[in-house]
Amino acid sequence: MYQLNSVTQTYERRGQIVTALDNSDLTIPDNDFIAIVGPSGSGKTTLLSVLGGMLAPSTGDVMLDGESLYDLSVEERTALRGRKIGFVFQSFNLISWLTARENVQIPLMLSGKTAKQQEERAMEMLDRVGLSDRTDHRPSEMSQGQQQRVALARTLANDPQIILADEPTGNLDSETRQQVMSYLNEFHQDGRTIVMVTHDADTAAFAHRTIRLVAGVTHEVAMAEAA
Amino acid sequence: MKLRHMIWKELWQRPTPMLTSLLAVTLGVTALVAIQNITVFSERKIAGDMESLGANVLVLPPSVTLQDYYGADMHGHTMPEEYVTRLALARLPGVENLAPKLCVEAEVDTIPVTLTGILPRSEFQAKAAWQGLGMLGNAVGSDRGCCATAADIGEGDNDPNSLATTRTIAELGDRDVILGCDLASQLGAKTGDTLPLLGEDFTVLTVLPSTGTIDDGRMFAHLHSVQDLSDAGPVVNVIEIMACCEDAAGGLITNLSAELPETRIVTIAQVVQTQIAVNGLMSRLSWVFLSILLLVGGASIASVMYANVTERRKEIGTLMAIGASRNFVTQMFLGKAAVLGLAGGAAGFVVGTIVAAVLGPQLLGIHVRPMPMLLGVGMGTATIVAVAASLLPARRAAGLDPCLVFNDA
Ligand SMILES: Nc1ncnc2c1ncn2[C@@H]1O[C@H](COP(=O)(O)OP(=O)(O)OP(=O)(O)O)[C@@H](O)[C@H]1O
Ligand SMILES: [Mg+2]
Repeated sequence: MYQLNSVTQTYERRGQIVTALDNSDLTIPDNDFIAIVGPSGSGKTTLLSVLGGMLAPSTGDVMLDGESLYDLSVEERTALRGRKIGFVFQSFNLISWLTARENVQIPLMLSGKTAKQQEERAMEMLDRVGLSDRTDHRPSEMSQGQQQRVALARTLANDPQIILADEPTGNLDSETRQQVMSYLNEFHQDGRTIVMVTHDADTAAFAHRTIRLVAGVTHEVAMAEAA
Repeated sequence: MKLRHMIWKELWQRPTPMLTSLLAVTLGVTALVAIQNITVFSERKIAGDMESLGANVLVLPPSVTLQDYYGADMHGHTMPEEYVTRLALARLPGVENLAPKLCVEAEVDTIPVTLTGILPRSEFQAKAAWQGLGMLGNAVGSDRGCCATAADIGEGDNDPNSLATTRTIAELGDRDVILGCDLASQLGAKTGDTLPLLGEDFTVLTVLPSTGTIDDGRMFAHLHSVQDLSDAGPVVNVIEIMACCEDAAGGLITNLSAELPETRIVTIAQVVQTQIAVNGLMSRLSWVFLSILLLVGGASIASVMYANVTERRKEIGTLMAIGASRNFVTQMFLGKAAVLGLAGGAAGFVVGTIVAAVLGPQLLGIHVRPMPMLLGVGMGTATIVAVAASLLPARRAAGLDPCLVFNDA
């Protein structure tokens, strides 16, 4: 469970101060499925970075399961991210020179699994996203939808409790978008917490709750309005 | 999958810029290995020469400067053969044997050859007998007991092959010729064959075993035959003196100069000294080459590594987002640098050894063998340079902000 207490994030560039998150309070209970929507530049990605333990906010604190995220050292936060949080990116961010299976193996390698465990788990995850026949393909040899599914398998490898997704369907056509969303929906049904940034109303409709960000300020949106 | 698999796969993804940047480092190691290899084997050869030649002294015409011991008679200047008799009669303490030489150019079946006239020991013994000096244990020189380290002249041993090792020979007929091994194979001649030389027929007495010196390419005949047939007159190019070590180091040179004031007297030690000095210079130069090329190599590796980090920003950010520590990222780049360094060092060692094996025999007449120690030195220095050059790029990689994964370019 996430607890954000008056989190403010400001950037200073060329003497100008930009407030990306303005005194936000947000609680995300376990097994929630949130869509974060809002205009470009409203602070959606900033919020996701703060949740992911990658960006210490200027003020305020972020609690994850009762632990203050930014009181941990960088290395502790990195380890915690590897253990508890999985990411899905708009452009998949697969390592181009590794095969699908090796890409899924990376988080397993980073968490210290043996080669055999890595391979077994990677095959299992690729099978789950329906790619057991593409394990030795490079990302460049796969369609966009297949690449995002490999990324989903990688996200799932260490069995994270939270999945943070930034525009997970942004680069996909409507059919593959549907497919990817149904996987995310499955992962939610497994009991995971999902926080998803999206521009797309159809994608947002999969979520159980929608937060609209406007100029760094969070607004809870009623279900009817989001749909 | 392990870190090293990732390093390996990434490296082979686009190996060209990395391997190119390694060129200077490889060249540095090549220069070091080649020069050190040649130097070491050249020094060993000199030490071997010193041992087998003992305290040899050369008596030369005054205008001659000397570079190579084995080429001491190849300068074309002459002096009277009468000097040999003078030295023989002077009975200087420490002189074990005398070997006068005269070199002329000749042809065998239109193949140009270097014909060296030598005087067998039997001539000295005859000379000594005529002079009423009696037959000595040593053909010439002192009858005092000489040091144990004296050049072994193989007294009483009538093997013509002794010319190769002791540089003297007991007997040699008027129309006998002795061939160096390289020349023998060039002429296709063997013991017992007859060769036309300076208008006469010579019989091959023997073919010398290989010595690794220019003697391998020469032929030897009786000094007086060479003098007569080449119309040179009673002259020689050089008189080699096999001397007793201690005496050579002591008063012998002074005595020789007093006896033959119109000659130049050079000890083997002086000749070798020049070679040792050249070797020392080469050896120091090789370190200078290595340092310069390593600096250049280090700079090029650093710049390529920086480019590599910039190019892989998103990849590094992704790895960090999914749990890679800064330490892991650092190791990924330093590990890559280490692989490159080891490869560059090993390649430099191989190329350098080949260069030494090709140039050694040509430049210095020495045969070299690979020196495993230089493999260690080469790989060690190359790795240190590659890793040191990559420290800052690796630090930059580890310091990247993982948030950049969200910035879709
Ligand atoms: N590294 C940064 N340095 C300076 N300003 C930044 C930085 N990152 C974001 N910003 C600013 O912070 C504000 C919020 O940015 P953010 O990326 O969170 O927006 P977003 O809602 O994700 O937009 P989009 O929908 O276009 O992705 C923007 O005004 C942006 O210019
Ligand atoms: Mg964004």
